[in-house]
Amino acid sequence: MRILVVEDDKDVAGFVLKGLREAGHTVEHADNGRDGLFLAASENFDAIILDRMLPGGIDGLRLLETLRGQDNTTPVLFLSALGQVDDRVKGLKAGGDDYLTKPFAFAELLARVEALTRRGKSDGPATRLMVGDLEMDLLSRSVRRGTQKIDLQPREFRLLEYLMRHAGQVVTRTMLLEGVWDYHFDPQTNVIDVHISRLRQKVDKPFETSLLHTVRNAGYMLRAEDI
Amino acid sequence: MASYGPASASGPVPGTPRRRGALFRSAGVRFALVYAVVFGISAFVLAVALWYSTLGLLQHQVQNAINNDSQTLLEHEELGGLPSLEEAIRDRLVNESEPNGIYLLVSATGQILAGNLDHWPAGLTHDDVWYELPVTRQGIASVALLKVQPVPGGMKLLVGRDVRARLELRNVLRAGLIWALSLMIALGIMGALLIRSLFRRTIKDISATTSAIARGDISRRVPVSGVGDEFDELAITINEMLDRIARLMDGVRQVSNAIAHDLRTPVTRARSRLEDAALHASTKDEMQAAIDRATLDLDGIVSVFEALLRISEIEVGSRRAAFAPIDLSPVLTDMDELYRAVAEEKQIVLHTEIETPLPVWADRDLIQQAVVNLLDNSLKFSESLTVINFSAMVVDGMVQIVVADRGPGIAEKDRSRATERFFRGEAARSTAGSGLGLALVLAVAQLHNGTLHLQDNHPGLRAIISIPTYKS
Repeated sequence: MRILVVEDDKDVAGFVLKGLREAGHTVEHADNGRDGLFLAASENFDAIILDRMLPGGIDGLRLLETLRGQDNTTPVLFLSALGQVDDRVKGLKAGGDDYLTKPFAFAELLARVEALTRRGKSDGPATRLMVGDLEMDLLSRSVRRGTQKIDLQPREFRLLEYLMRHAGQVVTRTMLLEGVWDYHFDPQTNVIDVHISRLRQKVDKPFETSLLHTVRNAGYMLRAEDI
Repeated sequence: MASYGPASASGPVPGTPRRRGALFRSAGVRFALVYAVVFGISAFVLAVALWYSTLGLLQHQVQNAINNDSQTLLEHEELGGLPSLEEAIRDRLVNESEPNGIYLLVSATGQILAGNLDHWPAGLTHDDVWYELPVTRQGIASVALLKVQPVPGGMKLLVGRDVRARLELRNVLRAGLIWALSLMIALGIMGALLIRSLFRRTIKDISATTSAIARGDISRRVPVSGVGDEFDELAITINEMLDRIARLMDGVRQVSNAIAHDLRTPVTRARSRLEDAALHASTKDEMQAAIDRATLDLDGIVSVFEALLRISEIEVGSRRAAFAPIDLSPVLTDMDELYRAVAEEKQIVLHTEIETPLPVWADRDLIQQAVVNLLDNSLKFSESLTVINFSAMVVDGMVQIVVADRGPGIAEKDRSRATERFFRGEAARSTAGSGLGLALVLAVAQLHNGTLHLQDNHPGLRAIISIPTYKS
């Protein structure tokens, strides 16, 4: 994927660029709003990681508003030290697709950026999701693995749906809390781990191969073994 | 050359115009000026009205008298002809029945037939029109109001009244009014000064208090006179504001102290881990482990910071924008579902009773976070095979959310302090946590005009969030 990073802090930018390259992405970097806007408007990117406060007269919000004003729909993830709820709302209102507060774990950033690009590509609502031999019918709200039907509670269904929509990508606990439960804070208790382990009991345990993997220090990933 | 010196010295000094405007920037002076202007205008209007009504009435009376007089004279002419008219005029002059009367009868050729004017007044040209002209009566100059009536045979009858006396009256009246006006202006200025000093005295208390506070004495309050007027209302509002500021400042002070104490520990831990690894780690794995642990420590510090910021954000009340009328029932049911799995994992029974509906005016995210904090706490402190009661119902117009566990609870003496930031009870000291959970719950409850009660659950803790129900 081709990703633009607009971030003025040298250390943070260096850290992000290095990590993204290691994850196999092509990365461009701008250290001020003006250059960032120029790059974002003139070249094609799969995603943009954007700092809110930037030197050069154009801050992140202005940059994004200008970009969206030109009908540019490249997914944008805000990476900002402004962490109040209002800041977050402002960022999303301006056309941001996701908002991550500094300091952040790189795994979280990577997972969210990769999830964004997937979201950008999806065309039209799918009615059927498939990962390996796991199959989800969104219309009849039924799940089967191979020939066997799996009974899920409504919330388990939504959890699995989220994982399947992001199949092959790392999904963090925070992303699950936001995406499945609509909670925008981190509980002290490991609630997500418990729910994942319950889901595993139903989806993986009775079968030979497991699809739902734990990614150390990051989160979870649903993927068929052969890909 | 030397003349340039004084010239430039007398040039505009920066700030001078502002100082010149200072007098008019004083609200007291402004109010006083407004008072003086309003008073002056009303006095002026009164004087003008008096002037015109008095003089107008006099003028009207004179005109009536002249009209009646000439009517009578013309009737004489009609009945008795010219001699009768002349006789009537002469009669009036001799008898002095009308001392100010002016009469003149002239023939078609302009010859004076009868009357008391020496000659036809200059400028008197049209019949039946009012004139106010200088006349000469028996050699004495005067001013008269005059009107000419044509008499059959080409003659003209001039009837008028000497109005010199009235002009004098007008002058007297004018002088009187000017005096009165000056007096009124003086009174207006005095009134204005009085208002200004009243105004000053009333706000003196407020400005004394606020400037004392500006100097740092936050304990000062505006004295309330008890009259219950607008200034009392203002004083009460200001005092309430000051109370809130003082509370917030207290909070800030308390937090900075707490940060100094409580954040030093994890920072020290992370630092020593890294330093220890740098000095003693012999293998890559040891180094990696030390770095991982230090990262976790830092994450912990960050989460404490975030919780602190969240609490102050809530306390400042900046989140009211996200308030909406919502039903808490499904929100709490979701939470029950989320935590039931965790409770079962720990072999704790989560006993839940949630009424429907629970209408409130609330910020859904914040209520979630508050209740999650209570559930987190209860799960953390509960032994396995115990029960946690989680219920929500409407009691006396309040939605009560109760989380009650059978854990160690909070000692009676600590209960009032349990919601302070960073406070940790005896039982909690050995467990993980920042001591910010209940502080956040309290802040959320208060933001919703509600309360947080911590009670003894015999044994355990019973936490009750009460927030007012919403009636659409």
